[in-house]
Amino acid sequence: MSVAKPLPHDSGALHVTGAARYVDDIPTPANALHLAFGLSTIARGRITAMDLDAVRAAPGVRDVLTAEDLPNGCDVSPSNHDEPLLSDGTVHYAGQPVFLVVATSHGAARRAAARAKLSYDAQEPILTVEQALAADSRFEDGPRVWTKGDVDAALSQAAHRIEGRIEIGGQEHFYLEGQAALAVPNEGDMLIHSSTQHPTEIQHKVAEALEVPMHAVRVEVRRMGGGFGGKESQGNALAVACAVVAARTGCPARMRYDRDDDMTITGKRHDFRVEYDAGFDADGRLVGVDFTHYARCGWAMDLSLPVADRAMLHADNAYLLDACRITSHRLKTNTQSATAFRGFGGPQGLLGIERVLDHAARTLGLDPVEVRRINYYRGMDALGGGPSAPRPAAPPESLPGQMKDVDVASRGSQVEADDRHAVDAGHVNTTPYGMAVEDFILHEMTERLLETSGYAARRAEIDAWNARQPVLKRGIAFSPVKFGISFTLTHLNQAGALVHVYQDGSIHMNHGGTEMGQGLFQKVAQVAASRFGVGRDAVKITATDTGKVPNTSATAASSGADLNGMAVADACDTIRDRIAACLAELHQVAPDTVVFRDGKVAVAGDEMPFAKAAATAYQNRVSLSATGFYKTPDLAWDRIKGQGRPFFYFAQGCAVTEVVIDTLSGENRILRTDILHDAGASLNPAIDRGQIEGGYVQGAGWLTMEELVWDDAGRLKTHAPSTYKIPACSDRPPVFNVDLWDQPNPAATIYRSKAVGEPPFMLGVSAFLALSDACAASGPNWPDLQAPATCEAILAAVTRARA
Amino acid sequence: MDITFRLNGEVAQVDTPPTRTLLDWLREERGLTGTKEGCNEGDCGACSVLVTDEHGTRTLNACILFMPQLAGKAVRTVEGLSAPDGTLHPVQQALVDHHGSQCGFCTPGVAVTMAAGHLAGRTDHDDQLAGNLCRCTGYAPIVRAAKAAEGTPVPTHMRDDTPVEAEAPFAPATEDALAEWYAAHPEGTLIAGATDVGLWVTKQFRALGDVAFLNRCADLQHIEETEDAIRFGAGVTMTRVLEALEGEYPSYAQMVRRYGSVQVRNAATIGGNIANGSPIGDNPPALIALGATLHLRCGPVLRDLPLEDFFLAYGKQDRAPGEFVTGVTIPKGRGNHRVYKISKRFDQDISAVCGAFDLEIAEGTITTARIAFGGMAGVPARAAKVEAALTGQPWSRETIEAALPSMEADFEPLTDMRATSAYRLQAARNLLLRYHADLTGTDTDVRKVSA
Repeated sequence: MSVAKPLPHDSGALHVTGAARYVDDIPTPANALHLAFGLSTIARGRITAMDLDAVRAAPGVRDVLTAEDLPNGCDVSPSNHDEPLLSDGTVHYAGQPVFLVVATSHGAARRAAARAKLSYDAQEPILTVEQALAADSRFEDGPRVWTKGDVDAALSQAAHRIEGRIEIGGQEHFYLEGQAALAVPNEGDMLIHSSTQHPTEIQHKVAEALEVPMHAVRVEVRRMGGGFGGKESQGNALAVACAVVAARTGCPARMRYDRDDDMTITGKRHDFRVEYDAGFDADGRLVGVDFTHYARCGWAMDLSLPVADRAMLHADNAYLLDACRITSHRLKTNTQSATAFRGFGGPQGLLGIERVLDHAARTLGLDPVEVRRINYYRGMDALGGGPSAPRPAAPPESLPGQMKDVDVASRGSQVEADDRHAVDAGHVNTTPYGMAVEDFILHEMTERLLETSGYAARRAEIDAWNARQPVLKRGIAFSPVKFGISFTLTHLNQAGALVHVYQDGSIHMNHGGTEMGQGLFQKVAQVAASRFGVGRDAVKITATDTGKVPNTSATAASSGADLNGMAVADACDTIRDRIAACLAELHQVAPDTVVFRDGKVAVAGDEMPFAKAAATAYQNRVSLSATGFYKTPDLAWDRIKGQGRPFFYFAQGCAVTEVVIDTLSGENRILRTDILHDAGASLNPAIDRGQIEGGYVQGAGWLTMEELVWDDAGRLKTHAPSTYKIPACSDRPPVFNVDLWDQPNPAATIYRSKAVGEPPFMLGVSAFLALSDACAASGPNWPDLQAPATCEAILAAVTRARA
Repeated sequence: MDITFRLNGEVAQVDTPPTRTLLDWLREERGLTGTKEGCNEGDCGACSVLVTDEHGTRTLNACILFMPQLAGKAVRTVEGLSAPDGTLHPVQQALVDHHGSQCGFCTPGVAVTMAAGHLAGRTDHDDQLAGNLCRCTGYAPIVRAAKAAEGTPVPTHMRDDTPVEAEAPFAPATEDALAEWYAAHPEGTLIAGATDVGLWVTKQFRALGDVAFLNRCADLQHIEETEDAIRFGAGVTMTRVLEALEGEYPSYAQMVRRYGSVQVRNAATIGGNIANGSPIGDNPPALIALGATLHLRCGPVLRDLPLEDFFLAYGKQDRAPGEFVTGVTIPKGRGNHRVYKISKRFDQDISAVCGAFDLEIAEGTITTARIAFGGMAGVPARAAKVEAALTGQPWSRETIEAALPSMEADFEPLTDMRATSAYRLQAARNLLLRYHADLTGTDTDVRKVSA
């Protein structure tokens, strides 16, 4: 069976030869127009004058558009209608698109845009958490607060109490392929090629801007050069700009952001401040914790509410909290509108509790691993059962609330709360939001990883080494991740597919997921091949296309394989069953005796190649084309109350990282990393391993060398790889052991696999905790390391430890 | 102007403006879209190409490589890595087999860089790949692929890249010709490796006016070693500087190994790094601590001066119109010379602070002290007061600690995106402590620790 084989990426050979085509590689006719935005240079104020004469006069310029030239507001927000394509005169952040240059080449457009002279009436920007709180500048009326138990009583009675704060920096996606779009007009319709994780949203926004029905816009996405969440909503502006120009001129229009523009314009991971007040007993058991999250969301709402929600949803990580309160402030600031990024708030929430447990272990003099284990959720054994049976599907849901004119396919859309009651009331092993944790396997995983990584012996050896070393210090840390799988906007948990079987037995497969490097297309093709019992090569992978599968959800929330794999399986099964029925009738046997295996179809003791079975079905006038559909069962979530069952299941993993620091400069290296990760019964162990290794390094980068710096005027100073440093080759752990847990998912997912896109990102937290451990080895005090742990932050922590 | 060079084995003749980049030409004119634009400033490596000339084959960033720099050379892009019959190059096959690509956008550049390393028999994959950023894989499968391809035969077509006879417009062939041209065009722009000037064009949209490309000036590219000195011609690339320093100054060489990337070191020259006067260039502090002598030429007039005197103020050097750097000479045998580079990322990052130290110690006493920093002031500069506090004192931890407060008297560093002023000062003081620990046998190098 094709599933579970470690096949290479579907485009591997195309990647290495340069033949894989990305949006900017698509040839266009000579009359194609190229676009560039002119950007605001202040963070807040009014534009008083725009002198664009020099822009218009620049070589190659065909046109320059401002907001007044647009057919309507051309909103490019995912849902909130708060992001006009071009500034309406108000400036909300430094880097906001203000005008649009239309030119004969990419270079001509960029060079021309730089010639503008803009005058402003500048206002004092709101940049920091303090400034936003003082101005009450926020999304939603006030902070969101979820509680479980009596946290105030628990804290006041606790034997030990710690308070603290961690600043957690944001993160630039740095997808290697910058944002790009191409619009090709045709007879009043528009074909859009976009580097997007969310083709349906692009379709919706373009249709809205052009004031045409969605059927007049088709969006095609073969692949992205990386996404990581940064192409969930941030591609809207380019696609809409191209479509507007293409509609005006009748010429194809294309746009790509230069890297500096990309980093200056687009949103990043939300930076967070997490404050905590926690109470412990003498054994390190957490009796109560009060978290306050402050998220800088930037100027527009984008996806910030669900991001901040997911941070709250992961404030527990892997730990059973009997009494907790989570308060979340979603602050509106004059900076880029922060957006989705792998983990979607989860990492920030998770780092909060990991920090609390480290702080407690340090304060109580306990082993940080033991403090974690004592606080874990109860395992499946302790709950008195093995893997639970698949839950029955919930009854069909109607979308609650008024849909208004919003893109309901966006995670940012504001549908009214689902008021069904929490399903898990009274359970002993519940999250702060009332969901029973019934699939917790970290006890067993931790046991195994501690053993395979030699944690205990290395801990002792490192302590002895540190005692001998005056300048260098090593550190080691363990951290787990438990990550909830499903979109928290419940109705997005659906997917469609379209499968054709041709009369030669070849299979054309299409679904709503997009390929951004994560290997989704290969995994889903393996599913399709397995359903028909044919080799993987019999299945053609095709570009995501809103004309083939409509109303898709973003490829996000790690859900791509879970949702689209099921939808494709559904379509394949429909066709397979039709073929089986046809052959059964011809051979006068029962349909369920027809077997599809090894490229052959066995019926009534006879065996024929799959191609012959397909041809036979065709000749018997059987439809060999089918759609498939899937929706995740058993979800119910009230985000206002913070109660319900937002997730289908939890993906889990754990890591041990060892580091060394120089206490004189803060220079540091990761020395070794051991990971045990739960991908369920893996659809493709090679691809899953790639997600784990890559996710870990990206997560470690977030918390170490990747630092976003804005100046006092709100201008981003780290807007290119010369100043914003993602991990390079030598930053990966030189010893890097990655194992899959490889046990079937108790939840009834596609071949019992688990989502793997985001969860391993959070294993990078172990690198941060190891650095903190090394800092703590430098002196007697709590080092209070802040994130990202740059050389400077580490030196500051060492200084605190020694003070 | 007409430029002739070899492209994937075939001779190409191109009429191009002097500041058109190879990347734009490949993608926009030739439809060779395998070579990618990731950053357009030479930091990500997605545009890596192979360039062969009489010195051999090396990998360069096409986004900051101007067309005239290619005159007479042979270029091989990712499209030319596979054999003519389509057989994948061993590094390409290894990348597929070891899952070395995910999104695939960095992959063409990675494959080209790996092919260059494969051709040269390199096995120091971390160093070779430091200039190829990948955001998906975490690099582990890429390095597995590079290891798997080690020792496999180099495909014959990879050895077919021979230079072609070609005119080289705007590229003086000798130092004399350059001196004459520059004297006549003192407002002109000299372009050596273009690792900095390239960004003037791609990011700042500056019109360069008259330009002269220096890569043809063979007599600026000599490394002359005598019994007690090494003279580097201004046109010596940092790759060759690294090779030349490895025996004599391993600490300096270790710094250069982290300076830019292979692609950048293959293009950047030591003369360019000095002449552009950057306060954060890494060679000047290392050279100043060595007491290097700078060689300048204006028309027929030659001039020497201590390197530290060249840097007058931020953006201002002691260089007359039409005058250019011809080389720099360093003494040999300074066994106490150490260079410490501090940056957010270990490899291929601009220093927050770069400190270079050279103390002469005789019979337990510091007899002379030369200490220079980059990143601490508007120019690379010596820590004169620290030096004074050390000179004549016993070589001891106490002496070092007593000298530390002088750092604040020497420098008032800036706060920027790389570090705060306070960190720079603290790090500068601590690097002096590191120097003492280093020379007295304490472990100070995080690179030498393993799990």
